[in-house]
Amino acid sequence: MECVFGLVGNDFAIVAADSSAVHSILVHKSNEDKIMILDSHKLIAASGESGDRVQFTEYVQKNVALYQFRNGIPLTTAAAANFTRGELATALRKASIFVAVAIYNKALPCPGLYKGGITSLLVYCITHRTRDAALLISNPYFVNILLAGYDKETGPSLFYIDYIATLHKVDKGAFGYGSYFSLAMMDRHYKSGMTVEEAIDLVDKCIMEIRSRLVVAPPNFVIKIVDKDGAREYAWRESVKDAAVPSA
Amino acid sequence: MCTNRSVRKIVSLDDHIALACAGLKADARVLINRARIECQSHRLTVEDPVTVEYITRYIAGLQQKYTQSGGVRPFGLSTLIVGFDPYTGVPSLYQTDPSGTFSAWKANATGRNSNSMREFLEKNYKETSGHDTIKLAIRALLEVVESGGKNIEVATITKEHGLRQLEESEIDAIVAEIEAEKAAAEAAKKAPAAPKET
Repeated sequence: MECVFGLVGNDFAIVAADSSAVHSILVHKSNEDKIMILDSHKLIAASGESGDRVQFTEYVQKNVALYQFRNGIPLTTAAAANFTRGELATALRKASIFVAVAIYNKALPCPGLYKGGITSLLVYCITHRTRDAALLISNPYFVNILLAGYDKETGPSLFYIDYIATLHKVDKGAFGYGSYFSLAMMDRHYKSGMTVEEAIDLVDKCIMEIRSRLVVAPPNFVIKIVDKDGAREYAWRESVKDAAVPSA
Repeated sequence: MCTNRSVRKIVSLDDHIALACAGLKADARVLINRARIECQSHRLTVEDPVTVEYITRYIAGLQQKYTQSGGVRPFGLSTLIVGFDPYTGVPSLYQTDPSGTFSAWKANATGRNSNSMREFLEKNYKETSGHDTIKLAIRALLEVVESGGKNIEVATITKEHGLRQLEESEIDAIVAEIEAEKAAAEAAKKAPAAPKET
């Protein structure tokens, strides 16, 4: 039910994300900001498991900052996108050691700190708990990302990165059930080199479509923009306001 | 022939923390890299920027570890760490040395001829800000270094703009100002004596 979509304009890129935080049938909050400002000129709009989303995007943000301190210059958007995809790809095929150890400890009469290599551990898991071991071998981050950025040399760009480490440079992209509607609207109305007003108009058209046609449509959206002046929040589109928490 | 600004002794560790070092530059690279990682790691785990004291304690701890293990040698450098507390905005200055001790200072110098510079600072330190502080620092340096922007590296760190390295031309301008003041002071000393002589 999470909707994230974005597009590239004449010298800016814009991303919109819904702002509902949901657990099963309960809405925790409807003003959750899912678009993180990665650095001065990059935005990362993420959808998926909220724990993974926050963990992974903060990890990418800190590594991007570290690169800048080490090298004195910021990463390009393409480089940041490739780094992000690389981390997702690595996590995809790396066995989850912690979880495997938990299984190992459960199987032993007296659990202890395991000090072996991953191969023998997995062999043990496989011989004693075949089904569990197979389920826990891979540990992908369940996060879908649209990374938007502006580089002085190459202008605005948008990257589509899904949770199994697909990377595409795109002019428009979308994730979630909302993508069925927003992608269709964008395919119909998008043209390259749009102005901010035209792009916002298209974003609003997509939001209206999602709100009216998606069965459990998220009520509120946040829109952020990145251009030569940097990455910043552009607007909220709210149809349900969270009640303000009264001060103690 | 060495490309002038390719070897920097003053680097930033985070948006609000900077480090200057004296000693083995190769060891400095390793230490600075570890400190930069720790700054980001701290932000990631506790969602808070480091305080100056925290990162100083971390660097000093690292330096100490290498004095108590087998098969390693200590880091051959002393560092001066400056920065602002991320919440109170209060500036601090800390120094670490190869033994791993650290302490906070109002003004300090490290490296070759640091004793004479420290003496100068003890005599002339006043809590100033902006241009006056830069002048004081350069006056201290000029005690032991051949004057000229080519031999001096100066950087300032402010809460709003982080670390800024001064251009050679700016440094030369301040050096000229200081020399002019010195010359005026010399002239003033000689002038009152002259009427007495004649």
